[in-house]
Amino acid sequence: MEATSHASAPTPSEPRILEREPLVLNNRSYSWITNRICGIVENKQPFLWWILFVPSVILTGVTVFCFTYLISTGVGVWGQKQPVAWAWDITNFVFWIGIGHAGTLISAILFLTRQKWRTSVNRAAEAMTLFAVMCAGLFPGFHVGRVWMVWFLAPIPNANAIWQNFKSPLLWDVFAVSTYFTVSVIFWFIGLVPDLATLRDRCKPGLRKMLYGMFALGWRGGNRHWSHYETAYMLLAALSTPLVLSVHSVVSFDFATSVVPGWHTTIFPPYFVAGAIFGGFAMVLTLMIPARKIYGLQDLITAKHIDNMAKIILLTGTIVGYAYSMEFFMAYYSANKYELQTFQLRGLYGPSVWYYYCMFGFNVFAPQLFWSRWCRHNLWVVMFVCMCVNAGMWFERYVIIVTTLERHLTPGSWRTFSPTWVDIWTFVGTFGLFMMLFLLFLRFLPVIAIGEVKGVLPQSDPHYDPDREKGIQEEDLMDYPDRHVAKPGTAAATA
Amino acid sequence: MSTTLKRVHGYLAEFDNPQDLYHAAEHVRDQGYQRWDVHTPFPVHGMDVAMGNPRSKLPWLVFFGGATGFTVAFLMQFLTQVIIYPTVVQGKPTDIYTLPAFFPVMFELTILFSAFTTLFGLLALIGLPRLNHPLFASKRFPKFSDDGFFVCIEARDAKFTKEGTKSFLEGIGGKNIELVEDEI
Repeated sequence: MEATSHASAPTPSEPRILEREPLVLNNRSYSWITNRICGIVENKQPFLWWILFVPSVILTGVTVFCFTYLISTGVGVWGQKQPVAWAWDITNFVFWIGIGHAGTLISAILFLTRQKWRTSVNRAAEAMTLFAVMCAGLFPGFHVGRVWMVWFLAPIPNANAIWQNFKSPLLWDVFAVSTYFTVSVIFWFIGLVPDLATLRDRCKPGLRKMLYGMFALGWRGGNRHWSHYETAYMLLAALSTPLVLSVHSVVSFDFATSVVPGWHTTIFPPYFVAGAIFGGFAMVLTLMIPARKIYGLQDLITAKHIDNMAKIILLTGTIVGYAYSMEFFMAYYSANKYELQTFQLRGLYGPSVWYYYCMFGFNVFAPQLFWSRWCRHNLWVVMFVCMCVNAGMWFERYVIIVTTLERHLTPGSWRTFSPTWVDIWTFVGTFGLFMMLFLLFLRFLPVIAIGEVKGVLPQSDPHYDPDREKGIQEEDLMDYPDRHVAKPGTAAATA
Repeated sequence: MSTTLKRVHGYLAEFDNPQDLYHAAEHVRDQGYQRWDVHTPFPVHGMDVAMGNPRSKLPWLVFFGGATGFTVAFLMQFLTQVIIYPTVVQGKPTDIYTLPAFFPVMFELTILFSAFTTLFGLLALIGLPRLNHPLFASKRFPKFSDDGFFVCIEARDAKFTKEGTKSFLEGIGGKNIELVEDEI
């Protein structure tokens, strides 16, 4: 048998089996993982946490002030004037909702495709999703003008006996975004339950223990529970996957179902979804690279994780680049002169062309650095590209929304948009809100899914054999039965 | 001074790692115990086979949850847009032929109702939330959420005996065997 020769003395001609990179470095134990992740919640926060937290709270206050000013005065405090009725607010809405998509992609799609590396980033990414959707929801909510009438969006019988227009993509959006938020909360919470139990079991009796205990629902880790739990998790992943694709598709319908040149295109749904995942991954890395350094999580969020996410950014960034080019091509090829003029004004000689160049440079050219392995492993380069993408994705939405409306079908009503201070500070303030929520999440909840990370350790496999050569797992050899490594000391090895 | 009455909940035995626990579970299953469980910090792959657990019924519940959401969304839109309050907007018909415009909301509510059914169905199937459990009386048990691997055989199992079960757990390699009692 060939297995015999392999185990006793590897011959030089034998093809080398590449070892799979471990998901958790330095062969960490279960209790090390528990201590390290729970330690973030249990110990005092580093000084840097406060340095970030205090400005975030102040910025949140700025947003609250801006919205208060808007309610007490009117939507006119924003810069919108005809024909630009959708401007920074809708741009910010699409920007924030897009950021959320990476979290759901990591938690749902990478789960279904058995990408085990997702376990160390999914919790933080899902939290980011929720906070981003909260920031997103503010803008259309206040954009309606009389925010106290926002309940009219819900199909509730009312005294006027009128009903919502369910044929409108704007109402589809209400359902899509609120479903997305609710399902994301459920998914996140179900994932948190076992880890909340870990925190509960480590607390001294008191208020903290009571609260963690309450939210842990009395979890006992029994396999009869895990069995249903894993089914539930799988179901939610399977439900969230089409959901996340639908949310940004529905957001794109807000534009695509209109007859405005530059919006009325069928490429919008895939283009928006790819862009959302692209921007979201950039935000995940923006948050996780500093967090792993500050809290010493390098063994759990390894270079491999960052490498993988950089590759996804490269892929989706290139899809986005394709979409930008295809839009231009279709404007020319359709022979629709209004469409063509819209794109000429957008990208060649309109009043806001520099937005277009920023968008293209940040989103399409910057990520091309990730073709190089060195760039994907140099965290400064990764952070630089992510910052470019974060900015670029905002520019993309601005280009789509504002530059299109600035040059509407009627030249007589053309007007160039300029934001007011309320526009700017409302948007800047939502970054404070986002950061504040994320820092509170770091402070009170386990940032990494403790149970899931333990589950992907090699020693968690019930058939794991510490004697067998490290790094070579059963499934790695499935395709090559003739290269099977015989266990040292067995009959096959000694014969 | 009052005396506390205690009821035996069962035996709790600890194992070193998932591999030992897996083999122990196979033994407990083959011994014919019914009221027992293993407690682990993460779901151990293949443990359902080792324990002889049936497949979860949750997907069936979720299917009906999703079907409900789909129906609710259709009725909500059809009744309001076609029967009660038809409006001629966006060049779309006001009769049943406007159905394609209802698809996005039908899809979203299918997902929404399915997700809620998943959450509440899960909680119903596993009997949570509950505020306390006899196992929490054990000093060692909280290790389950860190790096402890436990088997618990409950006293209400027909095959449970105070001596027999203990020696059986010792025989399959259980450590720190503890009689867990419930205050009543």
